Amino acid sequence: MRWRIFTNGLIRENPVLILMLGLCPTLATSGTARDALGMGIAASFVLISSNIVVAMIRKVVPNEVRIPVFILVISTFVTVVDYVMHAFQPDLHRMLGVFVPLIVVNCIILCRAEAFASKNGIFNSILDALGMGIGFTGAILIMGIVRELLGNGTIFGRIILGEGFHKAPVLFMILPPGAFLLIGILKGLINYFQR
Amino acid sequence: MSDLGVIFIGAFLVNNIVLMRFLGLCPFFGVSTRFESALGMGMAVIFVMTMASWITWFLYHVILLPMELIFLRTAVFILVIASLVQLVEMFLKKSVPALYSALGIYLPLITTNCAILAVTFLNIDYEFSPLEATTFAIGTGIGFTMVLLIFASIRERLDLYPIPRSLKGHAIAFIAASLVSLAFLGFVGLFGIAL
Repeated sequence: MRWRIFTNGLIRENPVLILMLGLCPTLATSGTARDALGMGIAASFVLISSNIVVAMIRKVVPNEVRIPVFILVISTFVTVVDYVMHAFQPDLHRMLGVFVPLIVVNCIILCRAEAFASKNGIFNSILDALGMGIGFTGAILIMGIVRELLGNGTIFGRIILGEGFHKAPVLFMILPPGAFLLIGILKGLINYFQR
Repeated sequence: MSDLGVIFIGAFLVNNIVLMRFLGLCPFFGVSTRFESALGMGMAVIFVMTMASWITWFLYHVILLPMELIFLRTAVFILVIASLVQLVEMFLKKSVPALYSALGIYLPLITTNCAILAVTFLNIDYEFSPLEATTFAIGTGIGFTMVLLIFASIRERLDLYPIPRSLKGHAIAFIAASLVSLAFLGFVGLFGIAL
C-alpha cells in the first residue's frame, strides 16, 4: 500500500508526462542535462519540504485560508533553494535565472500539497513527494539528455557523438522549438504504448 | 528605435513569453482550444500583468529595498498577485459588470499563471524604470494574447484533420507549437535584440 504511494508518481501518474503539470520549467530548463538535473533536484527539495510542513500543519490551518498558507510555505523553501544555489552553484543559478524563484508557481508542488499532503500523514506525504519528485526529475532529465545529445553532441559536457557532430550539431534541438517538438514526440510515444 | 520601442518589440516578438521563454504554458494549452476564450484570457492577462508590474515595482523599490528585505521578494510578489486578482475581480464585478462577464472565469485562473510572476521578477532583474516596466508588461501581455489567438485558430483546424491516434490532443499541439516557435525564431536579431 505504502509502496504504491511512492511508485504512483514515477510512471503511472508521472507529473510531467501523464498529468501535464509543471510544463514551464520542464521545457525551459532542459537545454542541457546539467540544468535539467539542477532544476529537478531544486524542485524536488521544495516539494518534499513543503509536503512535510503542510502535512504537519494540516489540522491547524483553517480551511478557508489554506491555499495562501500553502503558497507561503512553498515560497519560504523556494527562497532557501534560491539562496543556497546562489551561494554554492552560481553558474547553475545564472543559467536557470528567473526559473529558480518561479518554482513557487510550479503546479506540481501546490497540487501535491493540496491533493495529498493536506489529507495524509507526514510519512505518507514524504513518500508521495519522493515519488513525484523523482518522476519530475526523471522526465526533465530525459528531456535534457536528449536535447543536449542532439543539440550539442554531449551529455553532461562530455562529447559522446564524436568531434564532427559536436562542431555541427542539430542546433534546432537546443533552441526553444526543439523542446516543444521533443515533448510532443514523448507524449505521442506514451500514448502509443499506453494502448 | 528608442529604448522603449526596443523593450516593447523584444517582449512582444523576439523574446515572446510563451514560445521563447516557455512561461504561461498551462493557459496556453488549456485555453487555446477556442478563439473567444483565448481572447478573454489574453485580455485578463494584459490587465493583471500591467497592474501587478506597477504594484510589485513600487513595493520592491519603496519598501523591500530600503528596508533590506529582498529575501522576502518571492513571498511578497506571489501574495500581491493572488490578492490583486481577487481585488480586481471584486472591483470589476461591482463597477464594470460588462468587462467582468467578458473576462468571466479567466480572472481567477490568472493567479497560477507563471507569466505574471515572471514579468514582475524580470522587471526587477533588468532594473527597469516604472515606464520601462509598464512597456515591458504590456508588450509581454500583447505577445501572450497574440500567440494564444494564433494557436486557437490552429487548434480549431487540427480537430478537423486526420491525425494518427496516438498523436491526438496534447502531442500534436506541442508539435504545432514547435513549428510556430520555429517561425518566431526568425525574429531573433530584429533591431539587434538577442534571444
